[in-house]
Amino acid sequence: MPESLSAWELIASGDATLFAIVRLSLVVSLSAVAIAGLIGLPLGAVLALTRFPGRTALVVTLNGFMGLPPVVVGLTVYLLLSRSGPLGELGLLFTPIAMIIAQSLLVLPIVAALTRQTIEDLWSEYRDELTAMGVGPSGRVATLLWDGRFSLITAMLAGFGRAAAEVGTVMIVGGNIEGFTRTMTTAIALETSKGNLPLAMGLGLVLISLILVINAAAWGVRVWSEQRAG
Amino acid sequence: MMRALLSDLPLVFDRVSLRAGGTTMLNRVSLTIRPGAPTLVVGPNGSGKTSLLRLCMGLDAPSEGTVSWGGRTQSRQTRRAILFQEPMMLRRSVAANIAYGLAQAGYPRNRRAARTEELLDRVGLLELADRPARRLSGGEQQRVAIARALAREPEILLLDEPTASLDPAATRHFEAIVLAAAQSGTKVVMASHDLGQVRRLAGDVVFMVRGCVCEQASAGDFFEHPTTPEAAAFIRGDLVL
Ligand SMILES: Nc1ncnc2c1ncn2[C@@H]1O[C@H](COP(=O)(O)OP(=O)(O)OP(=O)(O)O)[C@@H](O)[C@H]1O
Ligand SMILES: [Mg+2]
Repeated sequence: MPESLSAWELIASGDATLFAIVRLSLVVSLSAVAIAGLIGLPLGAVLALTRFPGRTALVVTLNGFMGLPPVVVGLTVYLLLSRSGPLGELGLLFTPIAMIIAQSLLVLPIVAALTRQTIEDLWSEYRDELTAMGVGPSGRVATLLWDGRFSLITAMLAGFGRAAAEVGTVMIVGGNIEGFTRTMTTAIALETSKGNLPLAMGLGLVLISLILVINAAAWGVRVWSEQRAG
Repeated sequence: MMRALLSDLPLVFDRVSLRAGGTTMLNRVSLTIRPGAPTLVVGPNGSGKTSLLRLCMGLDAPSEGTVSWGGRTQSRQTRRAILFQEPMMLRRSVAANIAYGLAQAGYPRNRRAARTEELLDRVGLLELADRPARRLSGGEQQRVAIARALAREPEILLLDEPTASLDPAATRHFEAIVLAAAQSGTKVVMASHDLGQVRRLAGDVVFMVRGCVCEQASAGDFFEHPTTPEAAAFIRGDLVL
């Protein structure tokens, strides 16, 4: 990236490097949220609907893991994927896939814990009626996830915000390789350390804008569908 | 298909008690609910009407005694439906609420839309089909709930004070729906403390006080010759404690 240019000039000129960085950031964070949702939504729902020994401890742990330090998650995934680690054979370290894995782990507790809370509240309202209609366990999960969809969109957004904004895991497992694993946050960190503050600040503004746009879009979807379904 | 032929009637309570958290909600209740005209469960607030209906549905298990449906103490609730005192509306459209009931009752998918329309027409909600159910008024929600209950084509229909928050016209409309269901062979068991309504609907009356069934009689006998002072006082409109 030419260092004399500001971020706005880069955007205006449709700079290919900048575009690649933004695209990778979005692909990594959105993939991580999608994976976390695929696992976290049903996991949270099942946790909300079942009672077993140790459940309370699990719920408390899950809530606590919402605040997992990204560098620790990054370090853990690094150790798993490093050449001498158990999954070293796969050669995934310093690839976007490693970044997606690490961010999924970071986002999963957020999605699962918020889903658990949402579904548990909804269940206390729906329990009698669903029981009376003879709805089985899988039907309950499906019904509650669908009827909790407005709050669950918010849970997914919280996960996305966390993934898009963090720098610790992607730096450690991605390595900030130019043109391959450099994301907006790692680029900002790099430009800041090089003293290129205007560019770093410009990238930061691009990042914030993107997060705002995605949140606004999700908000719009929520309002629109709420008007139709109550 | 033998299961479909098994009847849930008569519904028999044999010395049933129900307790929770130190409260006795039902105390050694014995009663038999037979096919025929609606059975009205009456009694003052807190007398145990809701608790009785929940046991009829099989939602709660008795602390003592047995509840049996057609002689069976275990019976899946496929042939029963209940309308709660405060019905729950799914966060979906009115039509989707009915279609959900149909789906849970195993109604064939390709005929659900047509059947939903029939049921909505029956309760007079056709124009509101696409509205979010939770934005309806209390009376309209009550009608969604009865349509959803009727979607199950129940043999026993349990109604918990369904008209308590309805205006007189809506109450009459609701009663007409209930009577039509009763005439087509559904056994209606309905809690109420509106004595006018009891006179209009009841084949027989179960009168409850403080968790006990104080009296079970035909509607005529209950109003003309109450056998307990509590029932006589209740009919006169005096408070029963
Ligand atoms: N879960 C519960 N735990 C403890 N006590 C309860 C519970 N549910 C109901 N009760 C008590 O049991 C008694 C009977 O309650 P129930 O709801 O069956 O009365 P009801 O006849 O339906 O009254 P209402 O006319 O006000 O609806 C009441 O005294 C109530 O406070
Ligand atoms: Mg009640």
